[in-house]
Amino acid sequence: MDYTNFFLMKEELSLIGVMLILLVYDIFSGEKGKRHFQTLALGLLGLHTAVNCLPREAFDAFGGMYSYKPVMTAVKTILSAATIIVLMQVNNWLKDEERRNKQGEYIYLTLSTLLGMYFMISSGNFLLFVIGLEMASIPMAALVAFDKYRQTSAEAAAKYIFSAAFASAISLFGISLIYGSTGTLYFDDLAGSITGSPLQVMAFVFFAAGLFFKISLVPFHLWTADVYEGAPTTVTAYLSVVSKGAAVFVLFSLLTKVFGALMEEWQFILYALVLLSITVGNLFALRQKNMKRFLAFSSISQAGYIVLAVLAGTPQGLTALIYYVLVYACSNLAVFGVVSIIEQRSGKTDIADYNGLYKTNPRLSVAMMLALFSLGGIPFFAGFFSKFFVFMAAAEQGFYVLIFIALLNTVISLYYYLIVVKAMFVKDNERPIETIRSDRPAQIALALCMFGVLCLGILSVVYEGIGQLAL
Amino acid sequence: MQYTLVILLLPLLSFLLIGLLDSKLKPSLAGNLGTLSLAIIAALSYYCAFDYFTADRVNGVFQPVIMQMEWLRFSDSLHIDLGLLLDPISVMMLVVITTVSLMVHIYSLGYMKGETGFQRYYAFLSLFTFSMLGLVVATNIFQMYIFWELVGVSSYLLIGFYYTKPEAVAASKKAFIVTRFADLFFLIGILILSFYTQTFDFATLTAGNSNILSETAGATFLGASVLTWALALIFIGGAGKSAMFPLHVWLPDAMEGPTPVSALIHAATMVVAGVYLVARLFPVYFFYSPEVLAGIAVVGAFTSLYAAVVACVQTDIKRVLAFSTISQIGFMMVSLGASGFEGHEGLGYMASMFHLFTHAMFKALLFLGAGAIIHAVHSNEMSHMGGLRKYMPITHATFLIACLAIAGIFPLSGFFSKDEILAAVFHFCPILGVVMSFIAGLTAFYMFRLYYNIFWGEEHKHEHQPHEAPKLMTFPLIFLAAVTVVAGFIPFGHFVTADGMLYDIHIDMTVALSSTVVALIGIALATLMYRKPTQIPATLAKSSPGLYKAAMKRFYIDEFYLFVTKRVIFNCISRPLAWFDRHVIDATMDGLATITQQASVKIRGLQSGQLQRYVLVFLIGVLLAAAIAIIVYLA
Repeated sequence: MDYTNFFLMKEELSLIGVMLILLVYDIFSGEKGKRHFQTLALGLLGLHTAVNCLPREAFDAFGGMYSYKPVMTAVKTILSAATIIVLMQVNNWLKDEERRNKQGEYIYLTLSTLLGMYFMISSGNFLLFVIGLEMASIPMAALVAFDKYRQTSAEAAAKYIFSAAFASAISLFGISLIYGSTGTLYFDDLAGSITGSPLQVMAFVFFAAGLFFKISLVPFHLWTADVYEGAPTTVTAYLSVVSKGAAVFVLFSLLTKVFGALMEEWQFILYALVLLSITVGNLFALRQKNMKRFLAFSSISQAGYIVLAVLAGTPQGLTALIYYVLVYACSNLAVFGVVSIIEQRSGKTDIADYNGLYKTNPRLSVAMMLALFSLGGIPFFAGFFSKFFVFMAAAEQGFYVLIFIALLNTVISLYYYLIVVKAMFVKDNERPIETIRSDRPAQIALALCMFGVLCLGILSVVYEGIGQLAL
Repeated sequence: MQYTLVILLLPLLSFLLIGLLDSKLKPSLAGNLGTLSLAIIAALSYYCAFDYFTADRVNGVFQPVIMQMEWLRFSDSLHIDLGLLLDPISVMMLVVITTVSLMVHIYSLGYMKGETGFQRYYAFLSLFTFSMLGLVVATNIFQMYIFWELVGVSSYLLIGFYYTKPEAVAASKKAFIVTRFADLFFLIGILILSFYTQTFDFATLTAGNSNILSETAGATFLGASVLTWALALIFIGGAGKSAMFPLHVWLPDAMEGPTPVSALIHAATMVVAGVYLVARLFPVYFFYSPEVLAGIAVVGAFTSLYAAVVACVQTDIKRVLAFSTISQIGFMMVSLGASGFEGHEGLGYMASMFHLFTHAMFKALLFLGAGAIIHAVHSNEMSHMGGLRKYMPITHATFLIACLAIAGIFPLSGFFSKDEILAAVFHFCPILGVVMSFIAGLTAFYMFRLYYNIFWGEEHKHEHQPHEAPKLMTFPLIFLAAVTVVAGFIPFGHFVTADGMLYDIHIDMTVALSSTVVALIGIALATLMYRKPTQIPATLAKSSPGLYKAAMKRFYIDEFYLFVTKRVIFNCISRPLAWFDRHVIDATMDGLATITQQASVKIRGLQSGQLQRYVLVFLIGVLLAAAIAIIVYLA
């Protein structure tokens, strides 16, 4: 084996390097050094993102086990940037008395899931893919259980790990069927060997269910609301943005690369799933009283829109998908940022608690409102453009009926996003949430998200830059 | 010339800063901040003009400077850019806008002192300046349209500045709706033009040698070429902003806004946007659709005449000035319509731009002077004035200079620009020339009627003795008066011409003499009738009561619009639509909402919280999906 192959995996190696440095620092630094631990982590991760943000030539390593394409750099950069924002939001929460000694854990766990996603994205073989998937799932369960003495957190973790195990089992079963019918697990070879037979179709569906679970498409979404509600808010943010973004990208590349021959079948299934996810997600979001559950269902519905881009299956679809993930990351992390600041300071997570928020916390309310507008797709926030591009990509493939239904659903989603805005700005509250002074990192994170929400749509270079890579 | 970007961005920055901080900012600080940013960009604009006009000509033409980035791409050839285009007319407009805007900013420090919403006022002024600058430097027609609408919005906000006054609210709505109505045609024109030519770019459109336009001119619709339709529709948009008949109705009402705003927006800058638009696309109009250009001349001439007649009988001083503005813009339009392209033939184009320049200065001066007078007597009505020359010497002197300039008396700037226009029109069509000369006489008459009624005539009993305006207000008056005096000697033909080549202005003696005589007759008549209180005006009014009343009522155009909108459109179109909206569309939407809510209740059971159920649903989902996929595969 040629060991120089290892050095080709630059992104993964540099992330492992960051983790190792942090591990050593965490072990050997004293009580005083621990105070700078998070700053160091953010700095190193920022450096890691910056160093790896330029795309390289496409290549295969380890005989096709690991495969790199320039567009993956875009995805990995977006994911690590989103991770940085999540870590900024978590900063203050981790400094609490009860968590101070565990801040290292939180960060390695997060980074290991990120590493898992990196491998999942760059895998060229189902084995590496499964390893990546598990690496992204199991530490996630530990993160969900981070507040393990809080019953909801423990319950959420249990639900997550059981559902994830079940999903993995089904997925692995599908992969074993694929291996049985073709005799290979390399994506490049599979592309030629999968020509379509009932067995292969079934194998494909079983395999894909694992990813559908990760993306939380209806009807594989049932874990979402309970886990999102129970997990610490920043973990929920990470789950809803980073984990989902990685899975959607992998779904796209596998469907177009490996299962291209089954296009008719998967388009049919995705059609149904998009329809169900957008509609059911909306219908549930409508009735939620708890902010985090509400966001869980909103994210299910948003996932439906992203998968609409997968459905298109063209380079434009891929561009729209990555762009959507980027915009969605900005908008959703902004909302979660506000929710987590409020939860940390006041412990309140019900929508009714947000009544009259504008009077006491005007800046947080405005940030939240802009982010919700973007999620709802109001022009000229970034969310409008991302939806527009997804619809364009789908329209080119002729999915007019689905787009029409998706458009109707944006009206419903606007309604429930505006319910939150109305609560903050219009409704009165006898005991509103007191004025909060948020910590500096959380403010910066929010500012970055706001920049994205307001400017990404207008800066056309972003979309076109992704488009260049996606070709 | 990268620094020109600052000219555009600084007002935006100052708008955001003042607008966001609003009442947290001390009023004086907000005012000073806005004024300072304007002073900087004015200086930069002058430097830019100097830089641009001293650069070398290539083949006798100043080379346009284009800085742009692609913004939205629709197809391989069609895309929208954002950027800056510097060419002779846009550089000239930079100078005009920043000069007048700076003067208005300084003046307002005195005029608006102590008003509630002072900060908001300055924020809006900055927004307007930003939008107007963006409009003139637009590299393509779509960018221009975006800023065009922004200009409309900021005009709306400023007219309705006194939003507690019902008249101001009504006026701002009227201005917005009328101009927006015209903009609809503008947009359709843009879409047609871009659809056929596959470009928004001014540079490509006016390049002359491109065959995209001749191909477009080949396609016909209802007997006229598509290009003619597009250009006519685009002109309607310009006519709306520039208050051409019959879309002029909003401008007199817009005088409800603060007076400095009227000086900036409704005299010097925004209202000439239509003229600028036609000038920007002039080669297209001239080479591909001369019939539209002829139409523009006719519309301009008629508007000019109509507005001049109405201005003769108005008693509100700001309305007199408003109608005078409409009339003068008519002059610019006629001149463009009558212009040729090359060399001496292009005189009309040059004259129109020249008049735009000089008119901006002296009309802003007139409005600011009117503001000082209103400030002193607290009324807009002529009958509440009279004899003010004793109390307000500076205002009096500067106002007189502006009146002489607009009447076209040598050596003030108005003489030169108006003279060029008349020469061009006589060359184009002698009858039109006679008409325009008559209007020039009317202009002299009504301006001096205004002047005498304010500063001479019978003195009105004032509660407080009127006094001269503070220095902050008189400085802009003096500055603009100075510009008005000297601007005529600018060799304008060296800078701005239709074909870009150098052109020496020479005064046509016959036209110059005849127009001066006509102006003097107008002034003499006004002196006779209004200098001292006499019975002549009343007798004249009585001798033809019908005409007098009709002119007083602006020939019932507003009443006609009211009839059409209130009686015809509301009853015949809006009512049925409202019924349809309430009983069909709303009901459908309500139904949708009810169904959504009920469906939401029905599926609630799915989310039970039990993990076993979740896994079961998951499994059923997978099996169902597999079954469906296999069915699809087999089918």
